[in-house]
Amino acid sequence: MILTNIETVPGKTIAEHFGLVQGSTIRAKHVGRDIMAGLKNIVGGELKGYTELMKESRKEATGRMIDEARQLGANAIVNVRYATSSVAQGAAELFAYGTAVRVE
Amino acid sequence: MADLLILMGLIALGYFAGSATERRHYRSISKREEAFLHLPAVTFRSHGSLADASESRLVTGCAVISVDYFKRILAGLRALVGGRVKAYESLLDRARREAVLRMKEADPTADIIVNTRIETSSISKGGSNRQSVSTIEALAYGTAIHVKKKGT
Repeated sequence: MILTNIETVPGKTIAEHFGLVQGSTIRAKHVGRDIMAGLKNIVGGELKGYTELMKESRKEATGRMIDEARQLGANAIVNVRYATSSVAQGAAELFAYGTAVRVE
Repeated sequence: MADLLILMGLIALGYFAGSATERRHYRSISKREEAFLHLPAVTFRSHGSLADASESRLVTGCAVISVDYFKRILAGLRALVGGRVKAYESLLDRARREAVLRMKEADPTADIIVNTRIETSSISKGGSNRQSVSTIEALAYGTAIHVKKKGT
C-alpha cells in the first residue's frame, strides 16, 4: 500500500478511483502518564509519553484507513490528511482520510 | 506563608529548569537542522523531481511539548494586559521545528519532501480546570520522494 499526500503517486498512473477511505481512533491518556505529565508541566519540555501515545494512535487510525482501502481492492491512497479533535476532557480523536486508488 | 514559599519554589524551579531545557533543545534543533540541509521539505504539491521519482511514501513526525511553570504564570499575567505572549512563541516554534525534524528523520535517504503540512493542536490538561494552552502537539507530514539516480 502506497500512501502519499499529493494527488498522484509519482512515477505511476492512476487507473481507478475508489473514493474516500477513513480511519479514526479515540484515545484517553492513562493515569501513570498523566502524573508524569503533571511533573513535566512544572519544568517544561517534551512529554515523551504523550508523543508516543499520539504516534501510536495515529498509526492505528492510518492502519484502519489502509484496511478499508484494501477491502475495496486499492493498492494506494492519495491525498492523505490528518485531523485531531478533542472529544472530551483527556480524550482525543485522531482521524486520517484519503482517496483510495489503484495505480499501475 | 508556606503556600507562598511553595509557589515561589515552583516558579524558581520552572524558571531555571525550563530555560535550561529550552536552551538544550534549541541547540539540538539547530544541530540536526544543519545535518538535514540536504533534504528540503517544501510546501509545493508538484516539483520537477516528481517525474523521475522511483519511490514515494507518506512520512510523519510529531512532538508534544509543555511550557514550564514560570512561563505559564508569565503568560497568565500577560493575559491581563494583552499583547504579544513571548513565553508561548518559543514553545510553538520548538514543537514545530522538532516535528519537521522527526518527519525528515523518518526517511533520511529521501531526496525531497513535497506538500509538507504542519498542524498544531492543544492538549488540555486532564484533572485540572485551568483553561490555558500549556501543552501543544505539532504534527508535520508530507510525501517523501526518492529520485531515480542517474545512470542506473
